[in-house]
Amino acid sequence: MTTTVAPAPPRGRSRTGSIHRGEGTAGWLFVLPIVVILGIFLFIPVLMALWVSFSDWTGRGSPLAGNVRFVGLDNYAKITTAGGLQTRDFGIALRNNAWYVVLVVPLQTALSLLLAVLVSRRMLRARGFFRTAFYFPSVTSSVAITVLWMFLFSFAGPVNQLLSWVGLHGPNWFQDPRGILNLALGGGSGPAWLADGQFLGVSWWDWLAGPSIAMFALILMAVFTTSGTFMLLFIAALQNVGYELTEAGMMDGASGWQRFWRITLPQLRPTLFTVITLGLIGCWQVFDQIYTGTQGGPGKTTVTPAYLSYTAAFTQQEWGQGAAIAFILFLIIIVFTIFQRWVLRERTVSRRRMRAYLPRTTPKKGRP
Amino acid sequence: MTATTSAPVTTPAAASLPRSRAQRSSRRGVAGQVTLYVLLAVLALVYIYPFLVQVATSFKSEQEAAADPISLIPQTLTVAAYERLFLHSDFPLWFANSAIVTVCVTLGRVFFVSLAGYALARLRFRGRAVVFALVVAVMAVPAVVLLIPKFLVLKQIGIYDSYAGMILPLLVDAAGVFIMKNFFESIPTSVEEQARIDGAGTFRVFWSIVLPMARPALVTIVILSFQGSWNELSHFIVATQSPGLTTLTKGVASLATGQLSQGTQYPLKLAAAAIMTIPVAVLFFIFQKRIMNTSEGAVKG
Repeated sequence: MTTTVAPAPPRGRSRTGSIHRGEGTAGWLFVLPIVVILGIFLFIPVLMALWVSFSDWTGRGSPLAGNVRFVGLDNYAKITTAGGLQTRDFGIALRNNAWYVVLVVPLQTALSLLLAVLVSRRMLRARGFFRTAFYFPSVTSSVAITVLWMFLFSFAGPVNQLLSWVGLHGPNWFQDPRGILNLALGGGSGPAWLADGQFLGVSWWDWLAGPSIAMFALILMAVFTTSGTFMLLFIAALQNVGYELTEAGMMDGASGWQRFWRITLPQLRPTLFTVITLGLIGCWQVFDQIYTGTQGGPGKTTVTPAYLSYTAAFTQQEWGQGAAIAFILFLIIIVFTIFQRWVLRERTVSRRRMRAYLPRTTPKKGRP
Repeated sequence: MTATTSAPVTTPAAASLPRSRAQRSSRRGVAGQVTLYVLLAVLALVYIYPFLVQVATSFKSEQEAAADPISLIPQTLTVAAYERLFLHSDFPLWFANSAIVTVCVTLGRVFFVSLAGYALARLRFRGRAVVFALVVAVMAVPAVVLLIPKFLVLKQIGIYDSYAGMILPLLVDAAGVFIMKNFFESIPTSVEEQARIDGAGTFRVFWSIVLPMARPALVTIVILSFQGSWNELSHFIVATQSPGLTTLTKGVASLATGQLSQGTQYPLKLAAAAIMTIPVAVLFFIFQKRIMNTSEGAVKG
């Protein structure tokens, strides 16, 4: 707080005034459609659902009717602290989805960046073909791809046949509830201190068992289908990376690897931020694949909070609990998003260093 | 049209490089190229093969699909799966519903999203920061969290189980607004400012100057919205119940869970999945070339 704030360049009122006349009205007219639609189909509904999560509404009539009672945190308690079946189901769903996130987000980010860098090479033949090939899975619907995946990973399906060629016996993917970490460590039920302690009705051992084989097939599917979309974002960003800097790096004798880490990647930071954030948000929303494919099975190992919220409300008519799960899920995603933004925040440059970059003389842009 | 290829730079230092080192580096270059192409080819095979198997299997008989799942050429070619889909199921109706919704949503989104993105990037108006904060907040609101809320509000305002209820909530895509805003911020203001000084109104500047320059971003938006609404499942699950409003995603999902069939029925399911992929695939192939275009060169000097 010692130095004075550098004075902002005074606004030439006459100039900006003439250029930006009428922008206030235009600005609001331009954003009006999205504001109205977001209001009606997002804010009001979220408020209604928030009320439902605190009520005993059973799905009959309007949730705003007089006979619907306020029950406080009952619905939230049932799925988090009560310790019954609902708590256990929620714990399992959280566990399943956590593993999904842990594996999908890094894999899809790394793979999409790799694909983008590969197809953005300056001297590449058949560039269009490769881009098309990698992007294609992204255009297919999650329903279509799930149908395909169920076939590919069926017991007598192509994947297992491929594995049998190299002498491996593939599992019955979508019927196999065993955790992959558990399997890798030889199975069993684990030491007592892990098997006895529990969180949300799920033992620590089960938390650490890893995604089930069925979930692992879905993880591979997510990486397969999302890498193309994110590759497009990276390609667009790579096009904006100035080649001059890379060239300068070359002249200075930086290796290709150094140029990528020191010159290209820092310029991709905003896109990296976007990709990781979209990935994190997307991964906590796994629903279509479960609804179309496994429906939560085998042994509930592919139930996700999103799917659990849906079945609680629409199948079991426990609307309050369904809404409560949705809001907890919401909270989880918000926390991850904030954390993400904090990690990738622009590091503020100290005043002294900032001054070194500032031009000494007044800017060339002459003011009238 | 000035030549942009950079002439080989021969600095004294480069000229005096020992010969062996130059040769070694060129040999390394060839090896690198081969590795690159092999890597790309393997990756491409992994990405393409599933779809080839899908199409092949849809023309196989059920027995053959089970016995020989990996081959790309059916022993006995049969169109039984397609015949059943088109003549003995609601598949054509599902297709029509998906088409209606997708076209409406895509047109609406491209327009609204670019309008809002432009306003947030360029126009100065009171409350802009609030609106932008709102959009960022909305981006963080996951669609699946909105399943129950959307159902509640659609029921409440009486458009549950109607086309309006299927289309209107999908018209806004916060991520799209974000993409457009970022794009508009990345292009230079000089062209617009010139037009403004020449007296063009805000909408005019937006429509005839900024939007054409934004083509690469718009292509992204079109692809994302078309893809998004054609592939949307969860919204239609909670917005409709009558069979007449079933979309492809909802219909094929019901096929997949075996509500209409017995046994594995892989040819039938894969045929349905293949057909629902065609429209988005066609759209993608049309726009593929445009993706490569950039806005470079709009502003000179």
